[in-house]
Amino acid sequence: MSGCTTHTAPEPVFAEPWHAQVFAVTVALNEAGRFDWSDWATRFSVTLKRNGLARELDGGDDYFQAWLETLEELLAEQGAAFPNDVRNLHLAWEEAYLTTPHGQPVHLRQS
Amino acid sequence: MTQAAAMPHDDPDHPHALLPPEPALRVKALETILTRKGLIDPAALDEIIDTYQNKIGPQNGARVVAKAWIDPDFKAALLKDATLVVADLGYYGRQGEHMVVVENTPQQHNMVVCTLCSCYPWPLLGIPPGWYKSDAYRARAVREPRKVLAEFGVTLPSETSVRVWDSTAEIRYLILPMRPVGTDGMNEEELAALVTRDSMIGTGLPTVPA
Repeated sequence: MSGCTTHTAPEPVFAEPWHAQVFAVTVALNEAGRFDWSDWATRFSVTLKRNGLARELDGGDDYFQAWLETLEELLAEQGAAFPNDVRNLHLAWEEAYLTTPHGQPVHLRQS
Repeated sequence: MTQAAAMPHDDPDHPHALLPPEPALRVKALETILTRKGLIDPAALDEIIDTYQNKIGPQNGARVVAKAWIDPDFKAALLKDATLVVADLGYYGRQGEHMVVVENTPQQHNMVVCTLCSCYPWPLLGIPPGWYKSDAYRARAVREPRKVLAEFGVTLPSETSVRVWDSTAEIRYLILPMRPVGTDGMNEEELAALVTRDSMIGTGLPTVPA
């Protein structure tokens, strides 16, 4: 836990923009009543435990990876976002980035 | 990650927009689906991010601690029902439904962990730091708290016991650290500046004035 001794420098609240986004999506869904927070915490702790079996999680990117996995599973289970639809849109966003000239705003093609 | 994602952002020959990392695209996919279904509002997401990036943080908890150091009645009320008392100061809301404040004394030092995930009093401290979420801290805080404290630079007298509080989605703890010596003439604002985030988690002590 060497990181514990180097905690004096201010650190950003979210290290990556997508950490902030997945956090905000989850909070928004919780507030909209899609699930309660103790249910979320229980599910999230199961994912952390599972992912922590293979290697020790450092609480950074791997923490939000586990967060995202938990959210994907929960939304699939609720029928709010099915894995196939998520996969298709993931690919659509990837294509949008790869076909948008550098410096231009990236938009999904109308589907 | 694709080859494109590794390309430098400032490369003038870069023909297309920088491809975000794989999980970022998965999040965008979820956002798109949920927005189309009317389950989330992108403007609300921006508001949530802005709140936790810029508005809520350990300065809230520090104000509560400083007030408790100055006002014995406030402190007594805080230790009795923290949720109610800090709500009066405007600190309530998400993940602050049931907050408990525990006081450090010469006899007992307290520290907080969430062994299951990362439960934390958001209205008072904001979003937890990376180390609070790490497997190492979550596993070791309970098992060997003195060793963990030493790694944070905190060495306690041998007569001081250490108690570890396990935060959950139902109860979130905040530590009331001991007021440093040599701070008698200080006002609330000056005192609040001495209260570090870690001192309210119990892995640090307040700054001692020079």
